[in-house]
Amino acid sequence: MDWIQILSNTVESILSPVTFAFVLASLGLAMHFGFAGLLNFGIAGFMAIGAYGYAISVLRFDLPWWGGMLVSIAAAIVFAILLGAPTLRLRGDYLAIVTIAAAEIARLLFLTNTFDDFTGSASGLFGYHDSFRAANPIPEGTYGFGPFTYSETDWWVRIFALAVLAVVIWLLWALSRSPWGRVIKGIREDEDAVRALGKNVFAYKMQALIIGGVFGAMGGVVYALPSAVNPTVYVTSLTFFIWTALLLGGAATVFGPVLGSIIFWVLQAFLTNVLPALAQEGGILESLTSQQASTLRFILVGIGLMLIVIYRPQGIAGDKRELTFVK
Amino acid sequence: MQLSKTRKRAVSVIAALFAAIMLLLALPVSATADEVGTEFDDRVFGNVKLDGESLGGVEITVRGNGYEASTVTGDDGRWVIGVPERGAYEVILNEETLPPGIAVVEDGGPIKQIEFGLTGTVVTNYFIGEGERTAVGLWPQFFTRLVYGINFGLMLALASVGLSLVFGTTKLSNFAHAEMVTLGAVVALFFASLDINPFLGILLAVAVSGFAGFAQDVVIWRPLRRKGLGIVQLMIVSIGLALTMRYVFQFFIGGSTSQLPSLGGESFKLFGTLTLSTTDIASMGISIVVLIAFALWLTMTKTGKATRAISDNIDLAAASGIDVDRVIRYVWITASALAGLGGILWAYFRPGIKWDMGEKILLLIFAAVVLGGLGTAFGALIGALIVGIMVETSTLILAPDIKYVGALIVLIGVLLVKPTGLLGTKERIG
Repeated sequence: MDWIQILSNTVESILSPVTFAFVLASLGLAMHFGFAGLLNFGIAGFMAIGAYGYAISVLRFDLPWWGGMLVSIAAAIVFAILLGAPTLRLRGDYLAIVTIAAAEIARLLFLTNTFDDFTGSASGLFGYHDSFRAANPIPEGTYGFGPFTYSETDWWVRIFALAVLAVVIWLLWALSRSPWGRVIKGIREDEDAVRALGKNVFAYKMQALIIGGVFGAMGGVVYALPSAVNPTVYVTSLTFFIWTALLLGGAATVFGPVLGSIIFWVLQAFLTNVLPALAQEGGILESLTSQQASTLRFILVGIGLMLIVIYRPQGIAGDKRELTFVK
Repeated sequence: MQLSKTRKRAVSVIAALFAAIMLLLALPVSATADEVGTEFDDRVFGNVKLDGESLGGVEITVRGNGYEASTVTGDDGRWVIGVPERGAYEVILNEETLPPGIAVVEDGGPIKQIEFGLTGTVVTNYFIGEGERTAVGLWPQFFTRLVYGINFGLMLALASVGLSLVFGTTKLSNFAHAEMVTLGAVVALFFASLDINPFLGILLAVAVSGFAGFAQDVVIWRPLRRKGLGIVQLMIVSIGLALTMRYVFQFFIGGSTSQLPSLGGESFKLFGTLTLSTTDIASMGISIVVLIAFALWLTMTKTGKATRAISDNIDLAAASGIDVDRVIRYVWITASALAGLGGILWAYFRPGIKWDMGEKILLLIFAAVVLGGLGTAFGALIGALIVGIMVETSTLILAPDIKYVGALIVLIGVLLVKPTGLLGTKERIG
């Protein structure tokens, strides 16, 4: 077994756009669930809207790349308002069912043949990279060292994603310690008490839903930036994986989602490389096909999610007192 | 003490899972078709079926981009042709190799134009019917869809009443319930591979499903109730369980669709375009009988009454001497067995078994349960019928690939307008 190669692939996942997309989406979820106590199970829907908003406006309406991203943000705001206006009054688990259903509706509408001219239906969207790549200030060539050796395009995607990430992390950090953030946390703990103080609870929840939703949409954009928009990505499993990453790191923290997403993807990359190798070269997984070996890692995600929620619901970086609202 | 006990339990869950994995590794792999061009990464593949029966020995040619290759379907009707590049191709079925008197009359005939999308595979199926194509009016079509809808709704009801009972007694929104639907079908597939009588296989699969519900309660849900986990935490645990089970299924049966053995019987042309096979009719009959038996159990027996008492007020029920844990265990067994049966019937209706089939109807099950009123079993029954009929009849107006959208909109609408559902009482609002 080529351990050097395996470790290199594993380390490489730290700088992968997919990891960045997960960090962004789980920061959005941290805003929703960790700070505002909203059980949003439709984060995959926000990501789909971000990705499709960007790709459709660049491909079909010839907008420049930044125009496409603005459209994504606007679309996420509209989706958050549509979703939140009627549902923010619902109890936690009802909200979960409504958001998961809304995300599925969004996905089915992107997938259907009916709107093939815009969405590319089952084949998805691709070939929208020209504008973004034309804005690349890095001269042509290959840069970096060891596992982090990329072409100028790959670096441009990563640097851009890191910049978005930095802004989002700063924003979430600043918001969480602002007066606004304290109200939001108050709503999470006891909605009625905050209402009794004369705050408009509904408006605060809606603002939290919009901000987190925009983070999620930017996650979708980053997911789509290097490659293509594939409708099979934005399924409910994606939502569940992001929840796993969030809960792993710590829901009610700023640093937790970052840590959780990176651990999630480093482990995924490691298992993706190790399990098939173990199956091929004998050892404990000898009798498995490489397909079965790589399915094992998703089984482990499910078991991991159960164990985290049961034994350490506050996550690695979290404080148990911050999660007393989870009932 | 309590904690270490639950921890031990969790370890034993994982151990049991792996034991199950090792035990079932012997699942047979279906015979692969004749493959051509396997040196290429990108493939066109598909299935040829005549009236639902796999058709072997049919010649298929893929042509385009300066490349041409032919293959012959295997006994399982499957064929695979590798192509050098992704692009547009023509798939041609040689009609001379079909049984005498049969021709491809569906859209496009024997020649199909295909194009690669994002993935390196394109599926091109030839499902050859009896070759009749008659224009029908809207009403006969509606009637046909209505009957299919009732059939689908009854299966949905089998899955939904259990979810509703579990919610009523334990307040758990169980996202893993759809995986119990898949479990029934997958276990039936496993028994079918043992070449035992298909009916016995189905009975055994239902029994295994019921046992899985029992095991779930004993290993996971009862310890967690004891530990006092909140409903949100329990819900996320059920999501973790759903992911685990879903990928365990993929582990065993792979990503492809498998079929249960045909139960024999013939098709009847009943009315207009409505054709029902004996399997369809039997499936509806079984659903109705089982649902009536379930209703009698719930209203007539002591356990059934206790179940409803717990749904109404768990503390009061416990105070009046009902053994809550025992009743909840029965609820889990019943709910899982019904879901498993629903999965088997649905596998015949769809047709086919896939690792993520349950996930596909999870939200429809929730829609049915919410529409009828969370926690009320009879509400779930009515909700399921409405959702089933709505899904099937909506294909008259909507494209078939968005037929679930309507049901999801109803789900959201009901939660907004009348969260108690059709049969829910006021106290049950969250």
